[in-house]
Amino acid sequence: MSSTSNLLLEAKGITKYFGTITALENVNLKVHAGECLGVVGDNGAGKSTLMKVLSGLYKPSAGSLFFQGKEEILESPRDSQNLGLEMVYQDLALAGNLPIGENIFLGREPTKNLGFLKLLDFNKIKELTNAHLDKLKINVKSADQKVEELSGGQRQAVAIARSTAFNAKVVIMDEPTAALAIKEVGKVLDLINSLKKTGVGVIVISHRMDDIFTVCDRVMALFQGTNFAEASLSNTSRDEVIGWIMGKK
Amino acid sequence: MEDRDKKIVSLHLKLMPYLEKYGILLLLVIMILVMHILQPDVFLSWRNVTNVFKQISWQSMLALGVFMVIVTAGIDLSVGSIMMLSLMILAVVAKAGAPWYIVVITPLIAGFLCGLFNGLGITLLRMPHPFIMTLGTLYIFRGTGNLISGGTPISGFTDEVRYLGHGRIDLQWLGLEKSQYLPVSLVLIAIVYIIFWIFLNHSKTGKWIYAIGGNPNAARASGINVNKILVIVYSLCGFLSGIGALILAGRTDSGYPNAGLQSELDAIAACIIGGASFFGGRGTVLGVFAGVMIMGILRNGLNLMDVSSFWQQVLIGSIIVLAVYIDVLRRDLGTRK
Repeated sequence: MSSTSNLLLEAKGITKYFGTITALENVNLKVHAGECLGVVGDNGAGKSTLMKVLSGLYKPSAGSLFFQGKEEILESPRDSQNLGLEMVYQDLALAGNLPIGENIFLGREPTKNLGFLKLLDFNKIKELTNAHLDKLKINVKSADQKVEELSGGQRQAVAIARSTAFNAKVVIMDEPTAALAIKEVGKVLDLINSLKKTGVGVIVISHRMDDIFTVCDRVMALFQGTNFAEASLSNTSRDEVIGWIMGKK
Repeated sequence: MEDRDKKIVSLHLKLMPYLEKYGILLLLVIMILVMHILQPDVFLSWRNVTNVFKQISWQSMLALGVFMVIVTAGIDLSVGSIMMLSLMILAVVAKAGAPWYIVVITPLIAGFLCGLFNGLGITLLRMPHPFIMTLGTLYIFRGTGNLISGGTPISGFTDEVRYLGHGRIDLQWLGLEKSQYLPVSLVLIAIVYIIFWIFLNHSKTGKWIYAIGGNPNAARASGINVNKILVIVYSLCGFLSGIGALILAGRTDSGYPNAGLQSELDAIAACIIGGASFFGGRGTVLGVFAGVMIMGILRNGLNLMDVSSFWQQVLIGSIIVLAVYIDVLRRDLGTRK
């Protein structure tokens, strides 16, 4: 796991200024295939900013990103998606008025040609959706169900399914369990574990030590925009990680 | 016992989507029946039915345009003024002696450009809400229309120009009488509505329009260029208003300063009655058509019964409130508790 051969994503010396504010300073991060990295830190520590840099929403003021060993410059979320880097947002970014399948393929819908017209291929959307949900062992009544009819956990599952529908190699999740009922948290964590098994690298931002200690292999703490501490899960404890969040080693 | 309850619940859940989709048509059918009972000789006569369609012809274009805008959770208050400006440009061009094919195409281009202006204003000027931009253009476009025409009516167009609004498709070859013709505007409504139904339900852009209304952040995160889609939607809305102007030119044979006054409110009312949600993402083309028909039939029926137009206003207002209240009740039923 620690070998460099399966290193998927590496961020080196990421620095981000907003006007006079330094949100990130010289931050480094690595994710390997099949690995889950937990990112912890207090509010304002720079977690979200770092994730937005990784997903191409923000351009870093300094530093560079390497994807599978190659340096990449991300201009927009489209660029990162094309590389196989997907983001699951905290507010889920789903359209409640559309069915599950259409949400999963939103913006990348399969089409069929009817003469000169390019029409949506609803059968294919449904077929691909069912196959993909089966693969991730996500249970919903039907791919035609509207997202607004789903529970919070099911929505989170759809958001994760959406992020992995196009052969994602790295999935970044921002507080994936924050909005969920307790009984649904377990299902989402299971889903993260099954993603890891398929060789996806996962980055989880979370406040919940339970989440971190259930799915992550490694944890890193940000403090005031800098790398504060990092350890593999087996070499640390909850208390120590909580101390890192508060800036104590 | 529990089994039976389950069956009722599942039947209920199976029926809901159909009711959601076709409930408004039910209301339309009931209205037609009531009118037929009240006016058995006249209401369903060939002459009166074609009359209704001729009367709703241009409103149906404005309503369809406004509907698309409402689906994106926006609003377009300027469609009446776009139609008036397009009509005035048509009239001026026609009076200048341009050939009919140029005259026919000018309101379409003018309407499209007005819509484009709205769309660019909303996105580039980052207006806090489309209400503000289109409230502004409501005045700008009508003022411009009066400036180019001098504020006076311009009348008299050739038959080719009037064809869409005034033309008749003779059905005598079917063994019908000469008075039993098909208005060209009715055929035009059908064609335009079918095209936009396909566009909104079966194209990527159409799906994205609904997605933007559902959650613009989701659309953005999916890599959809939200501003570009909005510009397209407002441009198409303007284009449809331009078609409305062409129909109106045919019907009235005149470009007049009060054309389309307050018709933006009729268009919005038709969308709301037809089940479109102001919060975006909801509503169907069929619903808009039903909404336009309900308003048209109401006006027509009340006219047949010699009810004063003041009462018509009261009734239409009441129907708007009632239709939305039924929608609220239906939603309550539809959500499992």
